[in-house]
Amino acid sequence: MQRTSIKITSEKLDLNECYNFVTDDSCGGISAFVGTVRNDTQGKEVLQLDFSTYKPMAIKEMQNIANLVLEKFDIQKIAIHHAEGMLQIGDVPVIITASSKHRKAAFLACQFAIDTLKETVPIWKKEYFSDGEVWVNAHP
Amino acid sequence: MKIQVLFFGITTDLVKTSQVEILVDEKISIGNFKITLKEKYPELKNINSYAIAVNETYAEEGLLLKDGDVVAIIPPVSGG
Repeated sequence: MQRTSIKITSEKLDLNECYNFVTDDSCGGISAFVGTVRNDTQGKEVLQLDFSTYKPMAIKEMQNIANLVLEKFDIQKIAIHHAEGMLQIGDVPVIITASSKHRKAAFLACQFAIDTLKETVPIWKKEYFSDGEVWVNAHP
Repeated sequence: MKIQVLFFGITTDLVKTSQVEILVDEKISIGNFKITLKEKYPELKNINSYAIAVNETYAEEGLLLKDGDVVAIIPPVSGG
């Protein structure tokens, strides 16, 4: 039985796909984190976001996170899907779902997975404003 | 020996390319490779820090490169 689903795609992410992947008769709950493109950064209007990836390595790092989640938390399955390319306000760059026997593990798994993804997975976003563009987080 | 270098994120804009092959000394460490890279691309001084991946895995400063390695320049990531 496959317990992890990892994907990077330029297609629209599908919450149902992530949900269906983690459903399991042994589970009492499913938790989901859905990232969405926000319309402002520090009071400045954002028009769109462009996500670029180092795809083969990003897939590996996402798989590492999923494997780590299975080790750390009592969960049955996890899906981590990320979008690439140009996204508009309200679009979904990332979906994480996790299923577990008891709810707490699923909540914790989603939080750990998104927090770690933001630190380690080689994906970059460029914010587009009406007066220019900026690589997010490039000068921490 | 020959190393393939990949640039991502802000570094592609700084060096104005996404991929280049460079010749370096045998058994150069990542730390020394970064110095060589900064000499070749002084524009890289405009970012405070970046990580290095060798053959799609994060690498420490002490790792020694081999002929044909693929070295990726990983500026601070911002996925999610």
